[in-house]
Amino acid sequence: LMDRLKLVLQYFQSNSESISNGICIILSLISVKLYTSFDFNCPCLPQYNKMYALGVMLVPPIILFLLGVLVSRHTGVLMEEWVRPLGNRTKNPAVVKFLLSSMLQRALLAPMVWILMTLLDGKCFICAFSMNVNPKYFTGIPNSTGLELIKIMAKVPCKEDVIFKNSSFRKAVSRYVRCYSQAIGWSILLFFIFLGAVGRVLKPCFNHATFLQTRYWSNYLDIEQKLFDETCVLHARDFARKCVVQFFESMREDVTVRMPLSNALRPSTIPNEYEEEEEERLHGITRQDQVDNLLQTWYECKPELDVTKMAYKPKVCITWEDHNGKALFSEV
Amino acid sequence: MDKFRMMAQILQSNQESFMNGICGVMALASAQLYTSFEFNCPCIPEYNYSYGISMLVIPPIWFFLLGFVLNNNVSMLAEEWKRPVGQRRKDPAVMRYMCVSISQRSLIAPAVWVSVTLMDGKSFLCAYSMDLDMSEFGKNVSGHGLSQEDLLRTLAKIPCKHIYDGQHILSREAATRYICCISQAFGWLFLLIITIAAFLIRAIRPCFTQAAFLKTKYWSHYVDTERKVFDETCTEHAKGFAKICIKQYFEGISGEIQSFHDHLHGDDSDDEDDKPATEEDKLMGVRRLDTMNKVLWDWHTCKPPLTLRKPGDASTGQNGDCKIQLYYFSNVCYLNP
Repeated sequence: LMDRLKLVLQYFQSNSESISNGICIILSLISVKLYTSFDFNCPCLPQYNKMYALGVMLVPPIILFLLGVLVSRHTGVLMEEWVRPLGNRTKNPAVVKFLLSSMLQRALLAPMVWILMTLLDGKCFICAFSMNVNPKYFTGIPNSTGLELIKIMAKVPCKEDVIFKNSSFRKAVSRYVRCYSQAIGWSILLFFIFLGAVGRVLKPCFNHATFLQTRYWSNYLDIEQKLFDETCVLHARDFARKCVVQFFESMREDVTVRMPLSNALRPSTIPNEYEEEEEERLHGITRQDQVDNLLQTWYECKPELDVTKMAYKPKVCITWEDHNGKALFSEV
Repeated sequence: MDKFRMMAQILQSNQESFMNGICGVMALASAQLYTSFEFNCPCIPEYNYSYGISMLVIPPIWFFLLGFVLNNNVSMLAEEWKRPVGQRRKDPAVMRYMCVSISQRSLIAPAVWVSVTLMDGKSFLCAYSMDLDMSEFGKNVSGHGLSQEDLLRTLAKIPCKHIYDGQHILSREAATRYICCISQAFGWLFLLIITIAAFLIRAIRPCFTQAAFLKTKYWSHYVDTERKVFDETCTEHAKGFAKICIKQYFEGISGEIQSFHDHLHGDDSDDEDDKPATEEDKLMGVRRLDTMNKVLWDWHTCKPPLTLRKPGDASTGQNGDCKIQLYYFSNVCYLNP
């Protein structure tokens, strides 16, 4: 199960298009959730109804669109490709156009979902346009309150107002306006689906070969940028490791190896692997004051960012010679 | 457990996505805190405004500071800022980048709180119910026969459903609806402004200083990685140090030197080296009750010094070792007995 999960994750991460689609869908779900949890509060006052309703219908889509552009990976790639200096690589405007259109298409989904939801739900329309309804077509208008007609119509979206008790006028007007709202909503939806279907069907008829090229190269740009970032991360890690090890070893003191010359001993050039690993981890720092000095220097005087010395570390070779200068054993 | 480990690995391998995860968790916590918080407007003219506004302003400040506390990069930024120059120059652009990225992440949870509060409308209602302009509702300003003070006290009770007694003057629902509508308008405006600001920063930035940005991003990430690698190396060093220190302590008490144990076995030495440590080796020379008691007693009363002896540097000075110094001359060393 874990292998399958890993494969799925790898597939999604490698294919940037499916990641963008995923983000797009998540934003649409957020848009739906936001709408359902938003407490629609029509002011029911003639001067503010339209403003509030159209604001609720249009401002969140703008916000969602900007969010969609922000979180899309293509935005960064597109902007970089557009503004970079020419250098050694020619610029292909078709690729920029392709990236822009695909990013815009994805970013427009969440706003459309919001607008369609407001239209199909109908509350916004009722709030905005209840004053434009001609009350002659409906019976039961409460005209005993002494309010002007327009104020009465403006109160239609508010259920709990006392003037509409025992009267079906409010419900009738609401139903009428909601019907208009839903009709507009469904027509817009139908229009966009039709447009999408026609576009999809007819696209291969125009410049399919060029399209394949531009799609390849835009995908390539995306992958190239991701790989560059990954390589930078790996490089920084190796750089840091070498720098730190070099710093540890630079704090080491001169090594004096005292070895008793006993006949029973044969110089063992292969020490116990376990001990060697431990010695290596110590990097020659074996005393408390050395450790203290090391930590103090790390703060006060960070080493310079140059690890070329590591590549040329001199190797230590040991040659055992007797009194006459004859080599008994040598590592050279 | 495996699943958690894998998720933890995925999140931690990419430092940025880990910070984004924390950011998202804090935003959700902020929204959840708001919904579970019981808003309790005092409905008294003197305290309404302070309560309403402090509910809008103080939790965001708290979330912002919490974002700084939870962010590991804050201590890194402070270290980089205060360190002496030493052998490495300080790059102000890197510090600016780190500061900006930390602030951006910390601002998300406060923004969520402010927008949720404004959308809900309760705090606005509590703060501004007394500033209501009665002419909006078509009511005669002076036709109710109440003094200014009494009117204020009545208006202050608008947020509290159960104690409002001015229904004949002004419908509570109409006033509530009006103020909530203004609050929601402010909320959407706030969201629009911060989204436009974020859009300008992120989408338009590549037009300016892209090369310098790549540089500062790399070096700020490098500082973070270097700090982690340094901590790892110190931990490994401490482990090795502690192991050898303890081993030498045991050997010091038992009087035996374990490292020469294998060399005295002649032809079998190679095989001995390959075998894993036998039980005998693990005892490190401590085989009796009183020896072990001495080990434990001295570990508390007389800890060994933090100085590792080199192999062959026996504390009892056996075998009459001669001091030999090695001179490094090209690749050949001459021994000076």
